[in-house]
Amino acid sequence: MTHRDLTILVIDENAIRASIIEEGLHEAGHRKVTVIHEVQGVARAIDTLRPDVIVIDIENPNRDMMEHLFQLTRTVGRPIAMFVDRSDTASIEAAVEAGVSAYVVDGLKKERVKPILDMAVSRFNAFSRLQRELADAKSALEERKVIERAKGILMKMRGLSEDEAFALLRQTAMNEKKKMSEIAQSVVTAAGLLM
Amino acid sequence: MTTIDNSRPGAAMGDGLPAPVRLGGEGARTIRAGFIPLVDAAVLIVAAELGFARKEGLTLDLVKDVSWANVRDRLAFRQFDIAHMLSPMPVAAMLGLGSNPSPTIAPFSLGRGGNAITLSNRLFARMQEEGALGEVEDALAHARALAAVLARMRQSGEAAPRLGVTYPFSSHNYEVRYWLAAGGIDPDRDVKLVVVPPPLTSDALAAGAIDGFCVGAPWNMVASERGLGRIVAAKQDIWPLAPEKVIGMRPEWAESNAETVSRLLLALDQAARWCDEPDNRGTLAELLAAPRYIGAPIEIIRRVLAGEFAIDAAGNRRVIDDYFVFHRDHANYPRPGQALWIYSQMARWGQVRLSPEMQALAAAAYRPDLYRHALGEAAAPAAPAIRVEGERPGERFMDGHVFDPADIGAYVRTFPVRALAESVSVEQEG
Repeated sequence: MTHRDLTILVIDENAIRASIIEEGLHEAGHRKVTVIHEVQGVARAIDTLRPDVIVIDIENPNRDMMEHLFQLTRTVGRPIAMFVDRSDTASIEAAVEAGVSAYVVDGLKKERVKPILDMAVSRFNAFSRLQRELADAKSALEERKVIERAKGILMKMRGLSEDEAFALLRQTAMNEKKKMSEIAQSVVTAAGLLM
Repeated sequence: MTTIDNSRPGAAMGDGLPAPVRLGGEGARTIRAGFIPLVDAAVLIVAAELGFARKEGLTLDLVKDVSWANVRDRLAFRQFDIAHMLSPMPVAAMLGLGSNPSPTIAPFSLGRGGNAITLSNRLFARMQEEGALGEVEDALAHARALAAVLARMRQSGEAAPRLGVTYPFSSHNYEVRYWLAAGGIDPDRDVKLVVVPPPLTSDALAAGAIDGFCVGAPWNMVASERGLGRIVAAKQDIWPLAPEKVIGMRPEWAESNAETVSRLLLALDQAARWCDEPDNRGTLAELLAAPRYIGAPIEIIRRVLAGEFAIDAAGNRRVIDDYFVFHRDHANYPRPGQALWIYSQMARWGQVRLSPEMQALAAAAYRPDLYRHALGEAAAPAAPAIRVEGERPGERFMDGHVFDPADIGAYVRTFPVRALAESVSVEQEG
């Protein structure tokens, strides 16, 4: 009984993040992992799978629907509690901060469940980091593009060399205490108005 | 466990004035407040936006959330100091119900009204075929007509309709059950109650995933204006005095931040008075319609606030007086008698067993002592906090029942439609 495989259900509308978590669970040796991206069918999945642990994205508005389901299952003697250890505030905060919420069948040993939650938290964080890096990379690319365009405009309108145009943008940014991309954007906007 | 402590200084001050708020002490404070985008978060939003909190030396940091379960958990795990909550949530929390119960008290009610029940056009058309629907909007006649339709559906082997509510411990759940049962419908057998997030109710109705729902404003009107459904009952029809949303907080936080709580209640009181002023409703509608709050068409919010209901897409209208009361008639006073009525409905539907101990816990969820301490005896109603409900004109239940908190077991047993009999038997203490 104690070493039976835990049945884990992951509910996440973000398919990429869900697959990252699924992979982590497989790596940790869990074989009974089910992932659902859509909320349709959650009730049936819970009914047929009888999961020991449910990991759900905290931004999912359907958490209230789950509460309703648990209220029903409670009547057939299957109470489900939230989080493993109420006194472990650091873990709880980390989970909520990362956007993970979880339901655990009451009575499960916390040593068995904690690694699952810790893993979900770190994977959620890794996913947010990835997203942030992607967004940063995108905006860096956009900034570089606008600086190129501003340089082109300055070279053409003021007869500067490429290096001189770049130096002028940089000097103006320093004087105005602004980012170079912001100055470049003003140049592009102004040129659009003047030409 | 928290009990009402009348020995606290200030709680028994009979001078009718608010307790003086000492400055300094806890100092200027930032309060993190969770809310769900609904019209009944208005008092909280106005306190934060229009300077009422600032006047009391507070900064209200409002955080929009997506589910009541989140609001409950974030309050329990100290991410929120206070939260906009369904009136049954602190009661459920004190009774240890739900998947993460953590002691929660309500020292302030955010007002009355706002809920309604909407059914699909298809279901309503069948109710009309069954006949007996008069010209006048009559919630009880609607419930009885639905009972006739359901009987016919069972005969012909049709699946029971699915009705959406918002949360197992919600005013909506108890109100839709009350309405159904008043018409002779067993909500656990004759229909299927499901949970749908309020902003998704219109789409769920359009897609045929549900056949009706009971939610707060503005979502009933959104559905009826889109021509998707027919409003068949409003909260006022079921019980005009039913509490709706409250401000919830952890008892231990309230205790160690007593001064901040008093200042918060002063700010909320001022905001609630402002919200009730008819002249302010236009500004209020504008504020609430903003995407950072409800993000719904301003025209709909304006009409919802005025209680001007488009009950269907054909343009039939109904004006409900006092559809929203934010302050008047002691709407902000957290009456333990209301908590006990909620507890009676929890028992009626098998969510909790009755016992003297549980009854004390339920009553302790609402904290009029904190309200009186902050706002003074004069702000509190003269009537006792726990009294017989539903006797006075304008305060009656739709089925004519009278709630006597002195014998909740007997009250629950007077309902012909209720959950299993053993769940309402009174347990002896111990």
